[in-house]
Amino acid sequence: MSVKERDPLTGHLTTGHEWNGITELNTRVPRAVWFFIIVTHIWAVVYWVLMPAWPVVTTYTKGLLGYDQQDKVEQRVMAANAARAVWTDQIATLPAEEIRADPALMAHVTRTAPTLFGDNCAGCHGQKADGGPGFPSLVDEAWLWGGDADTIMETLRVGINSPHPDSRFAQMLAFGESGILSRDQIRVVVDYVQSLSGLETEASQERLDEGAVIFEENCASCHGEDAKGLQDLGAPNLTDASWIYGSDDQTMFTTINAGRQGWMPAWEDRLTVADRMMLTLYIQDMAHEAKDAD
Amino acid sequence: MTQLKSGERQLAMILSGLVLLAGFLLAAAGHGDPMGVHGWIVVLFAAVILVVAMRALDDPEPTEDRTMSYYDDPTKVGIVIALLWAVVGMGMGVWVAAQLAWPDLRFDAAWSSFGRIRPVHTSGVIFGFGGNALIATSFHVMQRTSRARLAGQVSPWFVLLGFNLFCIVAASGYIMGVTQSKEYAEPEWYADIWLVIVWVVYFILYMRTLARRNEPHIYVANWYYMSFILVVAILHIVNNLAVPASWGGAKSYSLFSGVQDAMTQWWYGHNAVAFFLTTGFLGMLYYFLPKRAERPIYSYRLSILSFWGIVFFYIWVGSHHLHYTALPQWVQTLGMTFSVMLLIPSWASAGNALMTLNGAWGKVRDDATLRFMMVAAVFYGLSTFEGSFMAVRAVNSLSHYTDWTVGHVHAGAMGWVALITFGSIYALTPVLWRKKTMYSWKLVEWHFWLALSGTVIYVFAMWNSGITQGLMWRTYTESGTLAYSFTDTLVAMHPYYIARAAGGALFLAGAVLALYNVVMTIRRVPDHAPHLDYPTNSEAAEPAVPAGE
Repeated sequence: MSVKERDPLTGHLTTGHEWNGITELNTRVPRAVWFFIIVTHIWAVVYWVLMPAWPVVTTYTKGLLGYDQQDKVEQRVMAANAARAVWTDQIATLPAEEIRADPALMAHVTRTAPTLFGDNCAGCHGQKADGGPGFPSLVDEAWLWGGDADTIMETLRVGINSPHPDSRFAQMLAFGESGILSRDQIRVVVDYVQSLSGLETEASQERLDEGAVIFEENCASCHGEDAKGLQDLGAPNLTDASWIYGSDDQTMFTTINAGRQGWMPAWEDRLTVADRMMLTLYIQDMAHEAKDAD
Repeated sequence: MTQLKSGERQLAMILSGLVLLAGFLLAAAGHGDPMGVHGWIVVLFAAVILVVAMRALDDPEPTEDRTMSYYDDPTKVGIVIALLWAVVGMGMGVWVAAQLAWPDLRFDAAWSSFGRIRPVHTSGVIFGFGGNALIATSFHVMQRTSRARLAGQVSPWFVLLGFNLFCIVAASGYIMGVTQSKEYAEPEWYADIWLVIVWVVYFILYMRTLARRNEPHIYVANWYYMSFILVVAILHIVNNLAVPASWGGAKSYSLFSGVQDAMTQWWYGHNAVAFFLTTGFLGMLYYFLPKRAERPIYSYRLSILSFWGIVFFYIWVGSHHLHYTALPQWVQTLGMTFSVMLLIPSWASAGNALMTLNGAWGKVRDDATLRFMMVAAVFYGLSTFEGSFMAVRAVNSLSHYTDWTVGHVHAGAMGWVALITFGSIYALTPVLWRKKTMYSWKLVEWHFWLALSGTVIYVFAMWNSGITQGLMWRTYTESGTLAYSFTDTLVAMHPYYIARAAGGALFLAGAVLALYNVVMTIRRVPDHAPHLDYPTNSEAAEPAVPAGE
């Protein structure tokens, strides 16, 4: 069947082919189609001439503009760093008190630090820096290693139990699993430690006295005779209301039985000195604000 | 089975027996590995087919002259399977979307984690729904436009069932954590080898049927189907070149590494969009749209121009997925410029489809089936424009890695691919099962509006989310430092994620209606003899196929 028919609606001829009732008109390709084909092709050719485009054996056409994305990004990063250096250099070198005393510098800190904290710290310590099971709160003023600016800077630099050569190191021994304390002894000392921070306990005075002896012999060397912790060792204060892992019977039993060892990355290679100083100032401020709010 | 001769039944038995043996081998070699589980899945799948073939072995020979009719059974089964996959794949999609809004919906199991069920969604809709619909409609369109019966009785079944075995192995593998970490090419080496076998049989079947056509010319739809089958074979083979870590496990190492691997993957990935999700479905569009509208194709010349434009330009553009990466800039330039040159041929196809509707706009208004196809062509135009736009480096610097990309893909997948498929299924079902109409035109109408509103909600949510996200990433404070943390962007995106899940749920509801409507059409609508639907040479009253077949 090769009869060309005229479509009454458009007035165009068909191609004369027919497939199961489907026919085709032989309409010309609209001018607009040709026009835009030409426009896009001209644009492409111009782009090829100006920019890196076609491979040639072992090299490629570099383009008249001499544009190279690698150079471009390096230039831009350098320019952005240079623009920021005006104030980041000061933050990196000045002591914390002097930065605090300078409102212009603190404006940069207030703008930048929340994002730094959100991208680097909040994953473990939480958006509000109030921690979670296994991750210390940073706003309860219960500093494990100390809350002054120099100490926080050092903690950020080397991390805790991290692969950094200067890393801070702290470990809660597995008193139960290593056979130092029996299960009963652990239960007794749990009651005693709970009583230290005023948590409710049903234990008799006799039992608490027994716990005090166990504490004295096993725990005091790190947590201190008064159980207020030793920041040089990263040993937490057991008399306050802050608990990293929890203060219920089961959690405390697990802590003493199996030990604990937290982990914080070293940020020396990942954040600049200025970044770490801004975080330090920000963390201190958050802790102060939380205290004021109480 | 009733249409198969005893020799063909024996062949079906031998083939399923061989697959069964291969399954046992896989199960034995992969004992203790997910590959072993896959072996048992293959054994079960092949055993069912083997039993069906054996039970029919002694049935009487088919009495009717098979050359006098088209072979529609594989198409029928393919359409129903495609709809089942649609419900599964889109259901998984709604679930993954909901997980992004409410992460607890993972229920703390390993198998239900986002990384495992997301590929079940993508493969489920692309390969399960899209692939089955393509295979089924290609069998139908090929026979009708060639006025010849399929060149084989067993091979169409081998292609259809073999492809579904691949889909099942793929999806169950993802759940078990089996993946080679290449997007849209996740299945491991043994599944890939199996797909090559199936696909080569498909290609040969298609070529042989085309060779016995009773039309002097090959219709446009067949050009597109052919390009789909041929290029997908090439893409699949090259991107999946890998060395298995052992013969006893589902783990292999790609032949490519580093940026070459990334480039090969996105050459594959973008051409999966091109030759799986575009040219195959353009084949569908070119047959079912003029058929339903009862209008001639607007311009044969435009068909030629857009076909060659699309197949030539598409193959270059994959590198636009890797703008501003370690990929050399000149490769990015080529990807970007070819993407822009691709726009006009793409729009020429969409325009050709819409212009074909001139004189049939009354039908578009009244007939939801044709409206599915019309809106699909519009979305095809929209998403090809968006794709070329996003391929421009400057635009890509904002859109890359954001939900804008996700929105773009879904404008294409839901608005174009799924709508043209649903339209074609509604047009095809009454023809295949010899019914006058669908069971309920009201349900088709409902489906249309559910699908359209679902798509629009989805796409708008992802545009908003993606652009918000991209802008937040590049917003600096007066100090020249980043204004927002990553978590801030997640908080901003949350409402859009809820809207996206809602849009997806509407779309899923439409797919469920489609499945119901098709099943009810098969079961409840009285039979109706069609007009002249058999292969014949128009110039002679002889059967189209030699009697020896």
